[in-house]
Amino acid sequence: MTITTSARRYLHRNVRARISALLALPLFWLVVIYIGSLAALFITSIWKIDTFTSKVIREFTLQNFIDVFTDRAYFNVTIRTLFVAICVTLICATIAIPMAFFMARIARPRSRPILIALVITPLWASYLVKIYAWRTMFYPETGFINWLISPLGGSSPGFGILAVIIGLTYLWLPYMVLPIYAGMEKLPDSVIDASSDLGAKSGRTFFNIILPITWPSIIAGSIFTFSLSMGDYITVQILGGTFQMLGNVVYQNFSLNLPFAAAVALIPVIIMMVYLGSVRKTGALDNL
Amino acid sequence: MRVTKLRRFAVVMAASSLLLAGCSSSSDEADSGAYAGPVKDTPGTINVLAWPGYAEDGSTDPNVDWVTPFEEATGCTVNVKTYGTSDEAVQLMQSGGYDVISASGDASLRLIYGGDLQPVNLDLIPNYADIFENLKDRPWNTVDGKNYGVPHGRGANVLQYTIGKVDPAPTSWSVVWEANSPQKGKITAYDSAIYIADAAVYLMSTKPELGITDPYALDQTQFDAAMALLEQQKPLVAEYWADYTKYIGAVQSGSITVGTSWQVIANVLNGEKETVGAVKPVEGATGWSDTWMISSKTEAIDCAYKWLNHIITPDVNAQAAEWFGEAPANSKACALTANKDHCALYHAEETDYWSNVYYWKTPTEQCLDGRTDAKCIPYAEWVKAWSSFRNS
Amino acid sequence: MKLSTPAKLFLWTVMGFGLAFIYVPLILVVINSFNTNTSFAWPPTGFTTSWWSKAAVNEGVREAIGRSLFVATIATLIALVLGSLAAAAIARYKFFGRDAISLLFVLPIALPGIVTGIALNNVFTNFLGELTIFTIIVGHATFCIVVVFNNVAARYRRMGSTLEEASMDLGANRVTTFRLVTFPLLRNALIAGGLLAFGLSFDEIIVTTFTAGAGQNTLPIWIFQNLFRPNQAPIVNVVAAALVIISIVPIYLSQRLTQEKSDK
Repeated sequence: MTITTSARRYLHRNVRARISALLALPLFWLVVIYIGSLAALFITSIWKIDTFTSKVIREFTLQNFIDVFTDRAYFNVTIRTLFVAICVTLICATIAIPMAFFMARIARPRSRPILIALVITPLWASYLVKIYAWRTMFYPETGFINWLISPLGGSSPGFGILAVIIGLTYLWLPYMVLPIYAGMEKLPDSVIDASSDLGAKSGRTFFNIILPITWPSIIAGSIFTFSLSMGDYITVQILGGTFQMLGNVVYQNFSLNLPFAAAVALIPVIIMMVYLGSVRKTGALDNL
Repeated sequence: MRVTKLRRFAVVMAASSLLLAGCSSSSDEADSGAYAGPVKDTPGTINVLAWPGYAEDGSTDPNVDWVTPFEEATGCTVNVKTYGTSDEAVQLMQSGGYDVISASGDASLRLIYGGDLQPVNLDLIPNYADIFENLKDRPWNTVDGKNYGVPHGRGANVLQYTIGKVDPAPTSWSVVWEANSPQKGKITAYDSAIYIADAAVYLMSTKPELGITDPYALDQTQFDAAMALLEQQKPLVAEYWADYTKYIGAVQSGSITVGTSWQVIANVLNGEKETVGAVKPVEGATGWSDTWMISSKTEAIDCAYKWLNHIITPDVNAQAAEWFGEAPANSKACALTANKDHCALYHAEETDYWSNVYYWKTPTEQCLDGRTDAKCIPYAEWVKAWSSFRNS
Repeated sequence: MKLSTPAKLFLWTVMGFGLAFIYVPLILVVINSFNTNTSFAWPPTGFTTSWWSKAAVNEGVREAIGRSLFVATIATLIALVLGSLAAAAIARYKFFGRDAISLLFVLPIALPGIVTGIALNNVFTNFLGELTIFTIIVGHATFCIVVVFNNVAARYRRMGSTLEEASMDLGANRVTTFRLVTFPLLRNALIAGGLLAFGLSFDEIIVTTFTAGAGQNTLPIWIFQNLFRPNQAPIVNVVAAALVIISIVPIYLSQRLTQEKSDK
């Protein structure tokens, strides 16, 4: 008892000790388990494998990186992955910003929890089931989309990059709506009213006032949609046809050539780090 | 964790050497490091790594189940994990936690040389006596005179087509390889580096000047030709498959009409009514010869031996072979199949039929066809080329 | 807020379109759970309730749901403890390296799941020898910490430190202050963060694929294995439909809770 009391006194007096006490466990977990694993993985990327048994041999080589950077296929797949991630993020933002604005500003306060619940609910339906539902919708002959648009003379686009973009947009849309909604909700009425009182049109108020203030929330949402799209491989397997992304390269090489998979895995990690670094100043990370 | 493992290993070693010392007539198998037996009635849990259809526990079809009877008879609990490609199987086996595996020839040697499997004492598996002689002691299940498992069955990777949509019924692989194929955009191919061998099989008859005699022994020129053929095929392909259940859905929905397949896929598709056909084309085909093997790290050795014996019981081998659609390994299984013509249908007892079925094996730098004047492309390079090809 | 009619019309349209986009596939899932056609060809060919009765007695599903609930519960508990500890430090104090540490806490969710998955798989299989249910929990807790951290940190930032200071000035010690002042203020953030963490863990497939041991099927893994099986896929739809319906209750309640707070 006396020990805990004195420890308590010590903590009370010493801020640095208090911070350390609070951070010790969480930092231990993240640094040792998570960062440690990542480091172990990326060290693997400079090792060789036994070409017959596929087991990792701890001998230095740069061959994995040479393979990644000299083979045009991996450059192309990186570009394709970036393209998909950017498209998904932009489409999500285009749909989510008006939706969030509507929910936070137009809908009556009473119906807000219902609208939020409506947006969150799909997150509880299995990821796989949702993607599989899209797969059945995209089937060229018996799919829902074909049934819907064939009377208009169209036909299902089938599996490929377009199906992947639609599928990923569908999956990650709620992750974009929620932070933007939170940002719009915090917006004081006075700011908006001041703008319209000063004679600004709705559009102008939106672009000059609302959008800049909620920008960090939008960036926060984009971190989710962008990173989740960058790393996905299952949706691509189910909806992509022969189309592949970086996640698939990592997944395919993981079985037989872990060092190479690790080298490829560095690409999305670097892209994400650059992205996080460039948006850190906006304060987006506090809005996740 | 490590320490306890080592200690356990030391205890096992000490115990087995004591057993050996007590046993004056130590058999060859015991010398080779295999379990000396006898197989005891120790209850346990075995994690089974199997090709889909090899260890059915009723979850695909309630009437197809030879795992539950085994559990009831032995008290051993069985967890089945299926895999789509040999590469996946090798990775899962190497990551540990699995006790037995149904390995094809392209996985078995990699696992044996990697130290992931243990030699098997065949004296402890009574049903081994009934296995077809031409499946015993083959290079994919026996290394340095040590047997590493019991043969399960063999078959060819067939050409499957949807009846009515692919007309007339194909007899050649040309329908999936040639740029002018009428099935363009509805074709499927197997999503693994080993599929390069399928291209090589087709080249063996269409480009004899390349001199391919074994699709797993390709020198640079032959390999490049196979890759070029795959590039030619790529625009025709709707999807590459590694998950047989996804394949089934794609055929039912009409997004795929023709491509390489396993008989079990055709059998499931034909469950209610005949919708697809499956043939071994004139060019021959790649195929498999599978062996049940035991992990070197298993802690349920008695259950593992019981499983190996159970799975090649004539009755169970007949069920599994019929469900998967392959030739059984047990010679007595042929009398017990529901369809009496099963063994004839799958040519279990013929030898001619198998002459142009090229069993999966792992390509190595030293040409497997016996050439000494050429250097062949090892499997690691196949994998690299495949990864690059799929993402280009 | 005053808006022009076309602007209002536009917003109503997008909201309607957004909700339709979200719900059409889910409605299809529910419809297909009653569809006699196992390949889900549209339009449906017949009505049956047999999938629901089959799902009710399916042992694999029940076992998988039980395992997922267990994993999600433990992972959420770990995340609640670690996430709120970290939030308390980072939102309340300024210290050297704070920005770097807060970035570190975001990483598990900002870096692709497959990278986390293969990194953990590599370490677990090399150092532990095999994967178990606990390796799944460790993997899940790692990214669950982030959502709890974010929710609690946001709450700390909003509430400031005046109330706690007042409590201490009035003679309450740190523990009493936490029990009577800080914790009640944080409760909703903990509930919201915990629910989100639970949901993330319950539906996680990518990290789970690489950290689950033999025979350790969580619900998403069970679904992945059965999704395309002709006789099982409709049962998967039943499970998904049931989950959506069951999940509405906690979601609505948690929304009500957080809403009340922000209305004040």
